Amino acid sequence: MGKTLAEKVWDDHLVVKGADGTPDLIYIDLHLVHEVTSPQAFDGLRMAGRPVRRPDLTIATEDHNTPTLAIHKPIADLTSRTQIQTLRNNAEEFGVRLHSLGDIEQGIVHVVGPQLGLTMPGITVVCGDSHTSTHGAFGAMAFGIGTSEVEHVLATQTLPLKAFKTMAITVEGELRPGVTAKDIILAVIAQIGTGGGQGYVLEFRGSAIRSLSMEGRMTICNMSIEAGARAGMIAPDQVTYDYLKGRPHAPEGADWDAAVEYWNTLATDDDAVFDAEVFLDANTLEPFVTWGTNPGQGVSLNDNVPVPAEIADPTERASAERALEYMALDAGMPMKDIQVDAVFMGSCTNSRIEDLRAFTSIIQGRKKAENVRVMVVPGSARVRLEAEAEGLDKIVEEFGAEWRFAGCSMCLGMNPDQLAPGERCASTSNRNFEGRQGKGGRTHLVSPLVAAATAIRGTLSSPWDLENSPLPEQMALAATTAEESR
Amino acid sequence: MDKITTISGIAVPLKRSNVDTDQIIPAEFLKRVTKTGFDDALFFGWRQDPDFILNREPYSHGKILIAGSDFGTGSSREHAVWALRDFGFQAVLSSRFGDIFRGNSGKQGLLAAQLSEADIESLWALVEADPELEVSVDLESRTVTAGSAQFTFEIDDYTRWRLLEGLDDIGLTLRNETDITEFESRRESWRPKTLPAK
Repeated sequence: MGKTLAEKVWDDHLVVKGADGTPDLIYIDLHLVHEVTSPQAFDGLRMAGRPVRRPDLTIATEDHNTPTLAIHKPIADLTSRTQIQTLRNNAEEFGVRLHSLGDIEQGIVHVVGPQLGLTMPGITVVCGDSHTSTHGAFGAMAFGIGTSEVEHVLATQTLPLKAFKTMAITVEGELRPGVTAKDIILAVIAQIGTGGGQGYVLEFRGSAIRSLSMEGRMTICNMSIEAGARAGMIAPDQVTYDYLKGRPHAPEGADWDAAVEYWNTLATDDDAVFDAEVFLDANTLEPFVTWGTNPGQGVSLNDNVPVPAEIADPTERASAERALEYMALDAGMPMKDIQVDAVFMGSCTNSRIEDLRAFTSIIQGRKKAENVRVMVVPGSARVRLEAEAEGLDKIVEEFGAEWRFAGCSMCLGMNPDQLAPGERCASTSNRNFEGRQGKGGRTHLVSPLVAAATAIRGTLSSPWDLENSPLPEQMALAATTAEESR
Repeated sequence: MDKITTISGIAVPLKRSNVDTDQIIPAEFLKRVTKTGFDDALFFGWRQDPDFILNREPYSHGKILIAGSDFGTGSSREHAVWALRDFGFQAVLSSRFGDIFRGNSGKQGLLAAQLSEADIESLWALVEADPELEVSVDLESRTVTAGSAQFTFEIDDYTRWRLLEGLDDIGLTLRNETDITEFESRRESWRPKTLPAK
């Protein structure tokens, strides 16, 4: 029997094959580190008198705590400043490469790895961050770990792990203009639920996935964790190689040729069997948004807020009732009637150059809705510079939005960028948990295109809803159909 | 790590599903660089409500948390485990756990025991009927006892063995040092290296 992509990468990293219920010992090719989940791990090494085994396979950046304004000034929040300083001290003491605030390679850890060409097919990647699944877009086995495991990898460059199960998520068809990778993954999570991927590595397959850029693939794999999965993967192809080639740490010369030869063997064999399979039709997909307090609580933007009384499963019904109360929404109201106070364009899900291009293509030449605060936060210092070279910062500023420095920003309430209690935000990030963007804040997860249209209209909107929509005509037709069917 | 055999005490029925780690401990508390002192941060948002279960007696002395399905989903923050442990919890019972949370629990000596949804509901009923009821979780026999009722739970063999023996994971792995070095000697030259920086 053939093997899946995930099984191939796993098998090629076996240091010791487990027996009698003991886990496999898996080698880790790349360890990404940030300030939040590492201090206690370095402390553990210090107490045990252990070095970092492979500083040359380890790289650190500052992202969660960092402010996105006035980055040259000392960080105002003392505990944040201490945590960042702790990472700087640890990196120096243990010989770990660090990209600090102000450095051109600083940024969200999951933007930095791919941008440097460190993320590549067929490798294992870990980080003390659940969104490490992002790197699976390259055909890498990439997953988030806890701080004890961070210490374990620092000390041994390995992890004892039980093999994951495999799930194929096949998305066939052609996305309509205005429908994006974000809509695919939100629809997948709504279909299988926040626990549906538990214990699995998801492999995204099918023509709709193949047609996506690397940025789009990263968006999809990034949110695999929101379906409960350890990792998401996409087999490497020419799109992957074109993205990677020439990046600072990508293989060169004979190494590149040897790598490509190996990478071409990674795709799942035709006779391989997945433990589970899920299908999604890309042709009929519409922009997708969340209404509740977990990423599985989503609907098409043209739909209505669900009515909990109509949900059969009692646990889900209770969860929906609680979510609507927190979100202050009426059952059955049209999603498009929801007014927002803020729009956040950023996060490891959607802050790469292509995301910024998509967002600015909609807002260009327009003004934001008056009472909506709009923040645009590039994923890395380099993405910011690239965007500025294309003039995207000017479009953002003329629109009336804020153009910020790189970091996790409003995706999570660890830095100054937060919602006030009761504020409602359309966010291109990945989690709509209670209080995620600030205590009492309410989050609707959306794509960059929906974020842009919402920033213009002040209510949840797709570019189809704009007067003189910048998108092609067939989208307007689709909008009409959706209106009629409501 | 201390060896675990039996955990007995007050059990807290947390009748919510999809309790993500952002709820267990909000991000504002992740700025600390220590591994202890997170007891006040546990369920910080929900504990602002005086009626929240952990604010009520005898649950404020809970040792065993009985939670709805999909407990510990979302963020990888091990702080969630530290906060539960610092509050006094030694075991969490649920019908389904977030994978990373379950892994983190095993590393920190917090017993994550998986029961069927029906058994969780039975336990909720028992504990609500008698909040002072002593509940026992026995790792050796993989059973939960509440009064005269007994339930079995699942935990993988390896984690169970490590918890019973109180073994340190890194120490165990380093027994394979020779295999790791041998693997490294075979590592292809195209694979990524962060140093020297390019």
